[in-house]
Amino acid sequence: MQTLVAYVENKPGVLNRVASLARRLAINIDSLTVGPTENEEIARMTIVAHTDERGAHRLEASLEKLVDVLLAENISTRALLERDLALIKVAADQQNRPHLMELIKVFRARVVDVAPESLIIEVSGTVDKIDGLLEVLRPFGVLEMARTGRIAMTRGGDLLQPPLADGERTALETAGSSAK
Amino acid sequence: MKLTGAEILCEALTRLGVREIFGYPGGAILPVYDALGKSKLRHVLVRHEQGATHMADGYARASGGIGVAMATSGPGATNMVTGIATAMLDSSPVVCITGQVSSKVLGSDAFQEVDITGITMPITKHNVVVTRAEDVARTIREAFVIAKSGRPGPVLVDITKDAQQASTEFAWDACVPKLPPKRLRNNHDQAEFDRAVELLNTAKRPVVLAGHGIMVSGAICAFEQFIRAGNYPVAMTLLGIGCFPAKDPLNLGMMGMHGEAWVNNAIQEADLLIAVGMRFDDRVTGDLRTYAKNARKIHIEIDRAEINKNVKVDVALVGDARAVLENLTPHIETRDHSAWIRHINELKGDSAVRDIQSLPDTGHLYAAHVINDLWKETRGEAIVVTDVGQHQMWEAQYYHHNRPRTLITSGGLGTMGFALPAGIGAKFAKPDSEVWVVVGDGGFQMTMSELATIVQEKLNVKIAIINNGYLGMVRQWQEFFYDKRYVATPLVAPDFVTLANAFGIRSECITTRAEVTPGIRAAREANETVLIDFRVEQEDSVYPMVPAGASLHDMIRRPHNPLVETASDA
Repeated sequence: MQTLVAYVENKPGVLNRVASLARRLAINIDSLTVGPTENEEIARMTIVAHTDERGAHRLEASLEKLVDVLLAENISTRALLERDLALIKVAADQQNRPHLMELIKVFRARVVDVAPESLIIEVSGTVDKIDGLLEVLRPFGVLEMARTGRIAMTRGGDLLQPPLADGERTALETAGSSAK
Repeated sequence: MKLTGAEILCEALTRLGVREIFGYPGGAILPVYDALGKSKLRHVLVRHEQGATHMADGYARASGGIGVAMATSGPGATNMVTGIATAMLDSSPVVCITGQVSSKVLGSDAFQEVDITGITMPITKHNVVVTRAEDVARTIREAFVIAKSGRPGPVLVDITKDAQQASTEFAWDACVPKLPPKRLRNNHDQAEFDRAVELLNTAKRPVVLAGHGIMVSGAICAFEQFIRAGNYPVAMTLLGIGCFPAKDPLNLGMMGMHGEAWVNNAIQEADLLIAVGMRFDDRVTGDLRTYAKNARKIHIEIDRAEINKNVKVDVALVGDARAVLENLTPHIETRDHSAWIRHINELKGDSAVRDIQSLPDTGHLYAAHVINDLWKETRGEAIVVTDVGQHQMWEAQYYHHNRPRTLITSGGLGTMGFALPAGIGAKFAKPDSEVWVVVGDGGFQMTMSELATIVQEKLNVKIAIINNGYLGMVRQWQEFFYDKRYVATPLVAPDFVTLANAFGIRSECITTRAEVTPGIRAAREANETVLIDFRVEQEDSVYPMVPAGASLHDMIRRPHNPLVETASDA
């Protein structure tokens, strides 16, 4: 499994291009998330793909060939933080509810909705953690589940920022020199 | 100044230096055609939109510029698909402009509506839909930048009819290309560069693999200086032909499936391969597990996605071939490879004796004879545009090109039907050059309707049909690998002379070797298009050959006497 991060133009059709590319390279995507960045014109993707290092290199280099992709990077071997978020609707009656609450506490999950016959649990963390919670919830009866897919970020000073447009770069440099 | 989107398009194309547009009108592109009529642009009416894209492609390859093709929405656009894919696989800068239904009815299955950007997404470098007249000029300028920059490729711009009709203020300076900022990658990793220099200066048996990228990056001079600096033997890919003079003793010729055996053996024995602007296609490597096992490999390539894709390399220099070569050449210290070059010459063995050119004339007409005589008569100076199949390989073997952009052929996609329209495009790019279309009887029948385009545009293109009554290359595979079961390869053709005459094109049929040279001479002297139907041996095969999937050194060699051994003689 390989994890890639991509900055893309935030406009229609870009997701299609990225997905179409992975399909063309015969690379199976395990999870793909897209969200806006602090710059509204740029979106950030985290792509988790079933492939080896060589496949990830091809995907990374091919992604960067797309006009709408500003940057793509395979971060699989770097120190990184990965998060997945899940909403799990689980069957809960008066009897087993206390037991359920205890498990939820152990996994540092939260109950976000309570109904007479069920609970919705919100949990975030690594894939392993969510899979672990799911495992213990299964005997109670998982009625519904929604997961966001993984987002990832490299740790510490290892920055992965979108490249700047020529204008912005010049503006920054000018600002920098005037500050001196 | 207020202009319509259609007028802006024509104005933008004119300002971008476009002279000819290859296209076919229709409902959704009519506003543009109306504007075309008022512009200085020359429109070449094709007979099928596939022809338009091949013409634009041939134009781009012959000129080094950008070719422009135009079609209406729906079927007009889908007919372009093969030509777009052809340009994509061979990195040819083509801009395709298609009309689209009005933006208000997009997605409603309107008459002649098709999602052409969706269809062409994997076979274009980029494509875009324009729905506002305000975006036309900027988008076209961007399309031209994208098509030509980096590794070139086709770009499709789909313009809705309302965007063509709407009027807007036009100011050229206000619509500069605004492409997303790209990460600047550091392609000049010093350690990698030093390693390349070290390999270059310690290699005993180097071979340079020269590809299309040398032409694309304009590296002809830089490449020659690099070769001279190190006295490196050069093997070429099919699309690399012309990047280094064939007459130069360092030029070994074409490598790969139908390369000469000694060229492939030299690659297999080499201790260093320097690949420049080529992508280790399966047609040049054969079985990857046994490919050049003794060689370290340096890959000079602009497209990072090509590095380690097929062949794992020791050093990758990602960048423009010209810039990389110019940086490398001053560091070359080892120049003497005479022992290695002597050895390569020894590898030739009896190849020259087996060559069909060295065999006596028995009255049989072989395609190789025709191509060789064409080469001699044109002194290797013509632009030759070939189709796909046996004649294409014979051309690569027997027409010796000394200048870049004089062989135009569909390599990566292997598109039959390419030659005639691409030859028309090449003639528009180089009106003062002699253009020969060399095409099989199968491929010719795919796009022969473009003969009418030649007549309507009053062009002077020479057409040599290598007519063997078979889909020859497929027949050859059936002969070698399917026990001569010739399923669907015997091919009925019209009488091409009568056909040409029906179009008003001068034509001749040649059946013997003695007629070849006089026929070519007469065609060259004629100041008009001439079509020659060369009736060649029916069951001749292209040798040598690396069977698909076999090792590069595992070649089927030329028979000692092909004149006797061909089926029709037996």
